[in-house]
Amino acid sequence: MKSLAELQAIKDKMKDKVVIREGVNETRVVVGMATCGIAAGARPVLNAFVEAVNEGGLADKVTVSQTGCIGICQFEPVVEVHEAGKEKVTYVKMTAEKAKEVVEKHLKGGNVIAEYTISNN
Amino acid sequence: MIRAHVLICGGTGCTSSGSQSIQEAFAANIEANGLTEEVKLVQTGCFGLCALGPVVIVYPDGTFYSRVTPEDVKEIVEEHLLKGRIVDRLVYSDTGAEEKVADVVPLSETSFYKSQNRVVLRNCGVIDPEQIDEYIAMDGYAALGKALTEMTPEEVIKTISDSGLRGRGGGGFPTGFKWSLCAPNKADQKYVVCNADEGDPGAFMDRSILEGDPHCIIEAMAIAGYAIGATKGYVYVRAEYPIAVDRLQKAIDQAYEYGLLGKNIFDSGFDFDLYIRLGAGAFVCGEETALMTSIEGNRGEPRPRPPYPAVKGLYNKPTVENNVETFANIPQIILKGVDWFTSMGTEKSKGTKVFALGGKIEHTGLVEIPMGTTLRHIIYDIGGGIPNGKKFKAAQTGGPSGGCIPESLIDTEVDFDNLTAIGCMMGSSGLIVMDEDNCMVDMAKFFLEFTVDESCGKCTPCRIGTKRLLEMLDDITKGKGTLEDIDRLEELCNYIKQNSLCGLGQTAPNPVLATLKFFRDEYIAHVVDKKCPAGVCKDLLSFTIDKEKCIGCGLCAKNCPVSAINKTDYVAPGHKLPSYEIDAEKCIKCGVCMGNCKFKAISKA
Repeated sequence: MKSLAELQAIKDKMKDKVVIREGVNETRVVVGMATCGIAAGARPVLNAFVEAVNEGGLADKVTVSQTGCIGICQFEPVVEVHEAGKEKVTYVKMTAEKAKEVVEKHLKGGNVIAEYTISNN
Repeated sequence: MIRAHVLICGGTGCTSSGSQSIQEAFAANIEANGLTEEVKLVQTGCFGLCALGPVVIVYPDGTFYSRVTPEDVKEIVEEHLLKGRIVDRLVYSDTGAEEKVADVVPLSETSFYKSQNRVVLRNCGVIDPEQIDEYIAMDGYAALGKALTEMTPEEVIKTISDSGLRGRGGGGFPTGFKWSLCAPNKADQKYVVCNADEGDPGAFMDRSILEGDPHCIIEAMAIAGYAIGATKGYVYVRAEYPIAVDRLQKAIDQAYEYGLLGKNIFDSGFDFDLYIRLGAGAFVCGEETALMTSIEGNRGEPRPRPPYPAVKGLYNKPTVENNVETFANIPQIILKGVDWFTSMGTEKSKGTKVFALGGKIEHTGLVEIPMGTTLRHIIYDIGGGIPNGKKFKAAQTGGPSGGCIPESLIDTEVDFDNLTAIGCMMGSSGLIVMDEDNCMVDMAKFFLEFTVDESCGKCTPCRIGTKRLLEMLDDITKGKGTLEDIDRLEELCNYIKQNSLCGLGQTAPNPVLATLKFFRDEYIAHVVDKKCPAGVCKDLLSFTIDKEKCIGCGLCAKNCPVSAINKTDYVAPGHKLPSYEIDAEKCIKCGVCMGNCKFKAISKA
């Protein structure tokens, strides 16, 4: 190890990999992963969220986790976005592509994509 | 892409309760469910809640599963990791058995962790101790980098001095001052030594730090080396800590690989080499001069001080020796600064202290709290209180060198000086809780047996004095003591304290003196009434059968291992069979009869 910059580079590379253990962040993306959700394709959605959040550099702000049956099986895969101090947003009939869009527009840009939410379906 | 981490405790406590097979089961089930790309398995150091081991934490939600068995793993993987349904029955709930917490309570909110302040243990149970990258991700080696590139050795020493950090091995000697004594001494070679010869019965914080976060010790020792001008360091660790030794060696190898040990670290011109030396399990080798004698390859015996190690230590060269927990504080003080550190603790004891909770307490384990926390808070709020509704009697601190804190002083704010003031000692901070069923004379005898065994024999007061003390205590517990014996006991204690060569002898009488001070009535009961109030000392016990209550079932006689129970001719009114009686001559006071009697007809006194 010859410099602080070298150490910092390792730290930066690793940070996203351990940040998950620092507990739940202010913003949570919860994917419904009950049998019905999985059957409707929730797993690719979950993985797309994890990837997009990490690639977008949001790992220390957004926690992606899963939950059981949300109770609206006809709308699966269902994803809820909880943000501190805001009303929760429920996205329905999600796909991996839509997930990436939500990360980009909603989590990064702060604009809820109304057409994917439950009220418009 | 990894979306969840499963952390499995690989500390000694959980390893002995089977965490290895749980890890294997997780690996197999994660594979079987096709989750290898999504879920990462991490073996960590101790989480602290050893009584509930083996423990498993699943992130990002932080679900804390306790007492996991290999059979449970399939369910956790299929339900939680695959479907996101938390397995409620395995979730640790601190509300006790009556009510399960339905929603996941973050670990940091449970009563065990809530008032803890994990500085020294911050990485234990969080990172994989065998991955240097994970340590670096948690600001690891940044303090070494800062010290080497931005600070002079004098500034490092000043920072540690100003922080008020005191030696966590027991004595409480100011660490910065110790370093400043060594730094000006000129020599061709100086040494930094880490004392990891943790020998107090009931103490295991040093082991947990080495197992859970070995790199922080390496980093701290290199910082110490830079501060005092030493280029070599030794970690003296018990051979009885195989996991700690193994992880430390791996960590040292990785640090060399990254150039964080060896030549010209951070291009600063500073060289530092680190070696492990294994102790053979002699308690006296935890004493600093005996430890150095042992590293030199000689029989582990203490040597008189002065000269102090700062002048003539290891191989007669200037040496700084600190305890594992002391070192573990160093990197964070350098990184976060003096103000941060001094904001925790009391006026003269800054920072936090790790305690190993043991004995009659619900949550056996490791806790880290700010100095100055009351004993009541530690035992009742963090430790969960005394099991089975028993009454608290005393807490023993500092192992064989320490004393005890009785109930009347339970609101004492625990720090170095307050404990010394009540005739106790921080020691290594094993905290053994005793309830009404513990006999204090017997407890003192237990520790004396330990020191008699462990006395190295070099000086007379310790070698012979502790032996005589033990004999006197033995007589007292056998009902052969007199009131004069108690006075003689006290006199001999003070003699040993004043005349022994090293800390082992000087502190060996402490358990006796402390119990004499706070529980003299128990000693008097043993010598005057020939009774053991707690019902522990067998020679002072007698078991009797209440012949009016005895229904003559004969279960006691059947189970008596020495056939000391016989049928009598007496049939109590209302009963059909003759009652039994105990032959006191034959009775070995094992108590089996009492445990077997369903009619509470047998009593001990």
